[in-house]
Amino acid sequence: MLENVPVLSLIVWIPLLGALVTLLLPKHHSRLLRGFALLFTVIPLLLAVWLYASYEPVAGGGAFAEHGTWLSVPLNTEAGLQGTGVNVTSYRLVFDYRLGVDGLSLPLVLLTGVVAAMSVLASVHIRKRWKTYFSLFLLLETGMYGVFLARDLTLFFIFFELTLIPMFFLIGIWGYFGREKAANRFLLYNGLGSAIMLLAFLILIATLGFTVTETAGGAAISFGGDYETLLANLADPNAAAHASGAMFLSENLKWAAFVLLLIAFGIKLPIFPLHTWMLKVHAEAPPSVVMIHSGILLKMGVYGLVRFAAFLFPAQLASWATVIAILGVVNILYGAVLACVQKEFKLVLAYSSVSHMGIVLLGIASLNETGFEGAIYQAVSHGLISALMFLIVGSLYERTGTTKIDELGGLAKVVPFTAGILLTAGLASLGLPGLSGFVGEFLSLLGLFGSLKWLTAIGALGVLLAAVYVLRSVLAITYGPLPERFAGMKDARFVEALPMVVLTALIVLLGIYPSLLTDLMQHGFDGLLKELQTRVGG
Amino acid sequence: MEALQTLTWSDTRYLAPELALAVAAVLLALLDLILPRRASRDLIGWGALVGLLAAGVFVGWHIYDLQSAVDAGKEPIRNLLGGSYRVDDFGNLLKLVFLGATALIVLASLGTVKKAEVPIKGEFYYLLLPAVIGAMVMASSGDLITLFVGMELLSITSYVLVGVRKRSGASGEAAFKYVVTGGTASAFILYGMSFLYGVTGSTRLSDISGALGDALADYRALVYVAFFFMIVGFALKLALAPFHAWAPDVYQGAPTPATSFLAIVAKGAAFAMLYRIFIFLYRAFGSEGDQAAVREDLFLALAVLAAAAMIVGVAGALKQQNAKRLLALSGVANAGILLVPLTLEVNSLHSSMFSEFVYYLIAYVFMNAGAFAVLTAVSRSSGHEELSAFAGMYHRAPWTAAAMTALLCSLAGLPVTGGFFGKLFILFGAVQTKAYWLAAILLATTVASYYVYFSFIRQMYMRSGESDQAVAVPVPTGIVIWLCAAASVALGILPKPILDWIDGIFSLGADFLAR
Repeated sequence: MLENVPVLSLIVWIPLLGALVTLLLPKHHSRLLRGFALLFTVIPLLLAVWLYASYEPVAGGGAFAEHGTWLSVPLNTEAGLQGTGVNVTSYRLVFDYRLGVDGLSLPLVLLTGVVAAMSVLASVHIRKRWKTYFSLFLLLETGMYGVFLARDLTLFFIFFELTLIPMFFLIGIWGYFGREKAANRFLLYNGLGSAIMLLAFLILIATLGFTVTETAGGAAISFGGDYETLLANLADPNAAAHASGAMFLSENLKWAAFVLLLIAFGIKLPIFPLHTWMLKVHAEAPPSVVMIHSGILLKMGVYGLVRFAAFLFPAQLASWATVIAILGVVNILYGAVLACVQKEFKLVLAYSSVSHMGIVLLGIASLNETGFEGAIYQAVSHGLISALMFLIVGSLYERTGTTKIDELGGLAKVVPFTAGILLTAGLASLGLPGLSGFVGEFLSLLGLFGSLKWLTAIGALGVLLAAVYVLRSVLAITYGPLPERFAGMKDARFVEALPMVVLTALIVLLGIYPSLLTDLMQHGFDGLLKELQTRVGG
Repeated sequence: MEALQTLTWSDTRYLAPELALAVAAVLLALLDLILPRRASRDLIGWGALVGLLAAGVFVGWHIYDLQSAVDAGKEPIRNLLGGSYRVDDFGNLLKLVFLGATALIVLASLGTVKKAEVPIKGEFYYLLLPAVIGAMVMASSGDLITLFVGMELLSITSYVLVGVRKRSGASGEAAFKYVVTGGTASAFILYGMSFLYGVTGSTRLSDISGALGDALADYRALVYVAFFFMIVGFALKLALAPFHAWAPDVYQGAPTPATSFLAIVAKGAAFAMLYRIFIFLYRAFGSEGDQAAVREDLFLALAVLAAAAMIVGVAGALKQQNAKRLLALSGVANAGILLVPLTLEVNSLHSSMFSEFVYYLIAYVFMNAGAFAVLTAVSRSSGHEELSAFAGMYHRAPWTAAAMTALLCSLAGLPVTGGFFGKLFILFGAVQTKAYWLAAILLATTVASYYVYFSFIRQMYMRSGESDQAVAVPVPTGIVIWLCAAASVALGILPKPILDWIDGIFSLGADFLAR
């Protein structure tokens, strides 16, 4: 039914349309505004589900790809290519509008849809300036979908930056006491990350992004950020000669671009020691925004790392596999140990995010299909779990006014439902088999075990520590003596319970039926794996 | 030496834009005399606007005229007065930018410049016109003398514009500082020019570029002296670090419309002059041996200045609490960015550096004119120009706050705005010529500048204001704000038409290197 409809474009732009519609609504009707926001997040979610249903892993996402030329900017031909003997008839810089989907991006698109819709429901706790909140929220959603679907470097960068501005406002206006500092730090760290990314992208466009079309009068050269062109030029051994040598990516420049990409996405992921900004955001942003931040934005780091650093530079990745695995282990242990001593529940969750993202790095460092699938699976699963966690944090904070672990306690007596969901989320987070957290961790560690046994073993320690910090904090909140002032507390309302149930159901579903996602990803890494085998020899 | 060529009657049609402005300035000065003392001087402002538009029409006609010359197979250039005045498309493009920017400034000040503050309101409007003539002469000269005359015409009128708030001590101080630094800059430039004349025997740029290669063999040191004196002078005029210290004081003391004129038109004109002089080096010096070494030295000096300006401008603005001083320092950083394309190798493979420069200049005009217009309206309602004047704008003037946000995104280079694409093109040029260090500095300072420009946003959206009183925006100022915000966003979504247009009418060989 949707064969000739640009589904990907619809997914990306419907939230933006929603943002514009929201601007026209009256500003005091919070329910109306929330309803509209929900509508404009559910439509792309349904489209994403349809995409999931009709996606064929073997064929890839080619059927859905969209392509148009956005801009074609003339470059200077007069001074160009003098003395190279090539007669250049036209010389242009091309910005494409290119969307595409494959086994790598589809799980993350689904995750975005689910978490965004649940976050709109959780926004019931937002108390002021609803209209601005929801229009920024929808703008942010367009940015996130765009990041996962864009297949042109410049377009990807624009969407990546597009998430920055609304996020700054969302933290800075609706956050807790230290919100402005958190927003500034968010902006500067992520701004730095995207600047580094842009430098790497420009190097790639300037060296690999060329297309030469031979015409009767000479060659027409265009530069652009089309992802497929980059891959093709990288794989083409004659490309260097074709590009008259000087323009081509030298081995040193490859390394430079790879390291730049690693740092850029490492800030987003975050890799220790570039993580300090995300602790602040976890602690100071409103819970419904942290759901997005921890649930989706961090995954943009995972996605970028795999999509650009790994796919474009497999040789560099292979020779740095140990380095990345060590970074991963450091992340896992650092996050886990610090999560054990935090007094603030939100910071426990923040450090646990650092720890869980370390597992993603282990999966990437494994260089095999199991590991890559594990990395993406872990990203999706952690997205769901931390969204659920912060949903609960938001509901508890509304009732108790605190998220300090030692000020809470015995909540299972007054809010049994919420406490039960919290316990489930905790179990998922510590990797209990049967829940989604286990699958991602297991696949990542299994993937790495083949090549780096010792590091895998040390990394697995983190899983053990996860049990310590999760149980320590979750049990302290749900059991023990109930402070008197919480005696009259009411359990979750329907609008809070609904997203909790949905997220829990998905966590359980993915835990017992992992092939829902792994089937999807099965052929997503074929190209990369083939490259790894031919270039690095297995 | 050839005899001086006098101005013929037929030449005047190529001077039509400048003449139109001169006529308008004289008429408006007379009108100011005739008008009764109590009549509103806004009429003169509207008159100035008409003069600017007429000049713009003439420039448009020149562009059309030159284009038909190309179609007829001739060089798209008119040399007047023996080549000392060139009507070419580089000049025409910049003239349009200057005229448009001044029109925006005049429109924004109608309704916000109050008699209590500026007692000589009529003068304020009609003095802008000779200043623009000066800028246009600078953009069009082919001779060092003409360049200097244009520059002085611009400078002297801007000294007056800065000091036009007669009764304010700050304004007087600013005018004095501007006179002293401006005079110093002129002296440096003139001294450098005299050395250039000394070693080449001509003030004509095309003759200089022919003779410079030979002169280098005999007077290597003097060539360096000539160019470094001129570079220092230009750096002072452009407020490039470390020659920028005057800018915050002068910008703060001057009435806001005059500040905005300094930041946009005076800066753009100095760039026009810099391009005129330095681009000839490419033809003057060959690409090998000693000549190439000297050329690389000179362009390295410019690159270092650009880097220093970006770093110092942004670093200085980080803790700035006064909106005007902040915008002054942002102007320092932006001057550095605008300088980057000139410092890149022109003969390797990258986008035409003039399209990059002109495109970013156009984006810069809109974002700055808009931001200054918002500042005028805001400071008028709160009575001061500190950043805190913007506090609570989200409910005091939600739409103006939204427009300001778009302008700030353009200043910060965030997508999708003109500032973003301007910086992207400049960066792409830098990366293609392998000037990675310059690209890295540009990127790093851009990130730091997020903090600077978002300090406005923090005030507007995250602080509550001193009062809940709505910010009144006069209609002409409102038009300018929205025009600038819309143009900033439009340049980001569809930069293609304007880049195609620049590419279509401008050509490096024909406009700069043709005699």
